[in-house]
Amino acid sequence: MPGENVVEIRGLVKTYGALRAVDGIDLTVQRGEVFSFLGPNGAGKTTTVEILEGLREPTEGTVRVLGLDPRTDSARLIRRTGVIPQDFRFFDKITPREAIEFYAGLFGHPKDPDTLLHQVALEEKAQDRYENLSGGQKQKLGLALALVNDPEVIFLDEPTTGLDPQARRAIWEVVRSLRARGTTVFLTTHYLEEAQVLSDRVAIIQHGRLIALGTPESIIQRYGRPEVLQLEGPPALAEYLRRSLSLPVRTEGNQVEVEISRKEDVLTVLTAVQASGIPWERVSTTRDTLEDVFIRLVGRMEDGEGGTGPGTLPGVEGP
Amino acid sequence: MNLRRVYLSLQTLARTYLRNRVGLFFALIFPVILILLFGAIFSNSGPTTTTLDVQNLDHHSPQSQNFTALLNETGVLSLTFVSPSVGNLSAYLAGQGGTPGIVIPAGFQANLSQDRPVRIVVYTNPTDGSQSGIVEGAVQGAINGLNLEKAGGRPYVFLVGLNVGSTVYTYIDYLIPGLIGFSILTSPMFSVVNIASEYKKDKIFRQLSLTPLTRGEWLVSAILWFIVLTAISAFLMIAIGQGLFHAHVGFTWLLLPFLVIGPALFVSLGLLAGSTAKDPESAAVVGNLITFPMMFLAGTFFPVSEFPSWLAAVAHVLPLYYVIDGMNNALLYGNVAASLEDLLVVTVLTAIFFLAAIRAFRWREK
Ligand SMILES: Nc1ncnc2c1ncn2[C@@H]1O[C@H](COP(=O)(O)OP(=O)(O)O)[C@@H](O)[C@H]1O
Ligand SMILES: [Mg+2]
Repeated sequence: MPGENVVEIRGLVKTYGALRAVDGIDLTVQRGEVFSFLGPNGAGKTTTVEILEGLREPTEGTVRVLGLDPRTDSARLIRRTGVIPQDFRFFDKITPREAIEFYAGLFGHPKDPDTLLHQVALEEKAQDRYENLSGGQKQKLGLALALVNDPEVIFLDEPTTGLDPQARRAIWEVVRSLRARGTTVFLTTHYLEEAQVLSDRVAIIQHGRLIALGTPESIIQRYGRPEVLQLEGPPALAEYLRRSLSLPVRTEGNQVEVEISRKEDVLTVLTAVQASGIPWERVSTTRDTLEDVFIRLVGRMEDGEGGTGPGTLPGVEGP
Repeated sequence: MNLRRVYLSLQTLARTYLRNRVGLFFALIFPVILILLFGAIFSNSGPTTTTLDVQNLDHHSPQSQNFTALLNETGVLSLTFVSPSVGNLSAYLAGQGGTPGIVIPAGFQANLSQDRPVRIVVYTNPTDGSQSGIVEGAVQGAINGLNLEKAGGRPYVFLVGLNVGSTVYTYIDYLIPGLIGFSILTSPMFSVVNIASEYKKDKIFRQLSLTPLTRGEWLVSAILWFIVLTAISAFLMIAIGQGLFHAHVGFTWLLLPFLVIGPALFVSLGLLAGSTAKDPESAAVVGNLITFPMMFLAGTFFPVSEFPSWLAAVAHVLPLYYVIDGMNNALLYGNVAASLEDLLVVTVLTAIFFLAAIRAFRWREK
């Protein structure tokens, strides 16, 4: 049933004492979507996800997962959802194969451990104890356990934080394969690249509030700076372009930058450059990535641990 | 309660445990070391003859003399006779430094000839395992000899009627229920407290809360596991006690309820301590505060009856005391009524701790 709301969040507030960790969030996630919750540490991602999982109680507002209330319908919900908590840990002495058999037994869901181990690319470590697995392998085991019951929706709270790039990519592959099978994925991350390459839609959250929501493309479109055409040339070239074009022109050393708002502008600029007769070199265009947008919206995030960025929020309203 | 899930949880717990040498050490190896150590310390080696004080209250009747002759024939005893005028043999022996002695009761011959049961009281020093073993073995041998002679002279029926009892306690006999109690206490307390606080900290309980496994099922699986360990430990204690130190205690059915309810008590208590403590470090402190006094004061190594009265009063508030006392009553004294009384106390305490643990123990924090 595409189009069905798998996750519905209405007016969600969660306070810890005086702290409003989640401060009025509304959003829906549809069946089959990969949805990323992107935000710096302390933004309220885990709080929100754990409310969806039924692990925490909302202060205000309502949440529904697969149409069920996670608090009161927990027993039914856990059979239809998969969860990897932030900082997933498991029994030290148990091997991935045993762990999967254990979970499959608990769920009464006959699942071939080998298939699942293969799906998360953990076959080689099937017989190693959890305590001897690397961070990425542990996370893969978490993923495998979350998939034991063939969930309709899976919640991944920072599944790749602290992993090396290779392990991160392996997790991404699994997420992609889930998407291909139509599983809904609700992911939190503070890696922009991750949100950008994996997600159908992204919500950017800071201080418990959504500050942007949409496809990565639409967020860049909406909050990104205009695309810029750059070429190397003398100041005279910049002067010439300023006079002949109605587009903003900047210089930086021997770089000339022209902001373009439509595709056709590229041709207009290059025609003018050619007409000037002034020598030039190395033409290129750049546009904001989600990261540039994010940094402008949220402030720089330290990779991995570390607190919230400076939080230089321009006066941007959420959608 | 889904038994398949209980079984799966038990399996995971067993694997965790068997792959962790520390837990296994405390549950099985440590009590074995203790019984070997204490058994060796308290049993002097050497095949020298043991002096036995004999008080014959049957006026040296032919039958009683026959019996002392049989005692002599065993070759391991040298008999000294104590005057019947000594009123309290036990006190007399104690005055001699705790040498062993037996009393041949008045009417020995008369009772035997009329096929009435005869009771021979044997006093031994509980702290001297080998000495009491020798004495008890020799007396039993003489009694058997007497029974045989009687059977030879008269029809077999009288064998049945001849009920010659002996009362022999050795330190090793005393140590066996004590060390079984030690295992019942320490193997859950040294690991459940830790497991509960670690699993809480590492959010493994919360992880399990996202599966169909329930708290009750997990707790039952933990109790089952420690029952298994306790049973193994009890078997080892009895086997080593009998095999190496000539212990007389053996299995009795009345031991079983203690081997089942005892672990349930301490798993519940351990879970209560471990899951209410705020971190593993304070859990360890609380666990040790509960465990250590009980380990020494509940009658594990020393009989509570020999404690000064104020210390005995302390022992009586320790749950383990009732477990050990119950097993002593079952294994040593054959006192079924007293053992059942202890069992009742243990059962009530277990119910209280079990319910408290189930209430306090949360899969998920708020
Ligand atoms: N159990 C809690 N008690 C008090 N404060 C909390 C608790 N959990 C989270 N917080 C606070 O709420 C804010 C949001 O936390 P969290 O949801 O974990 O953010 P994120 O997952 O985005 O890093 C943080 O300031 C954090 O310190
Ligand atoms: Mg988080």
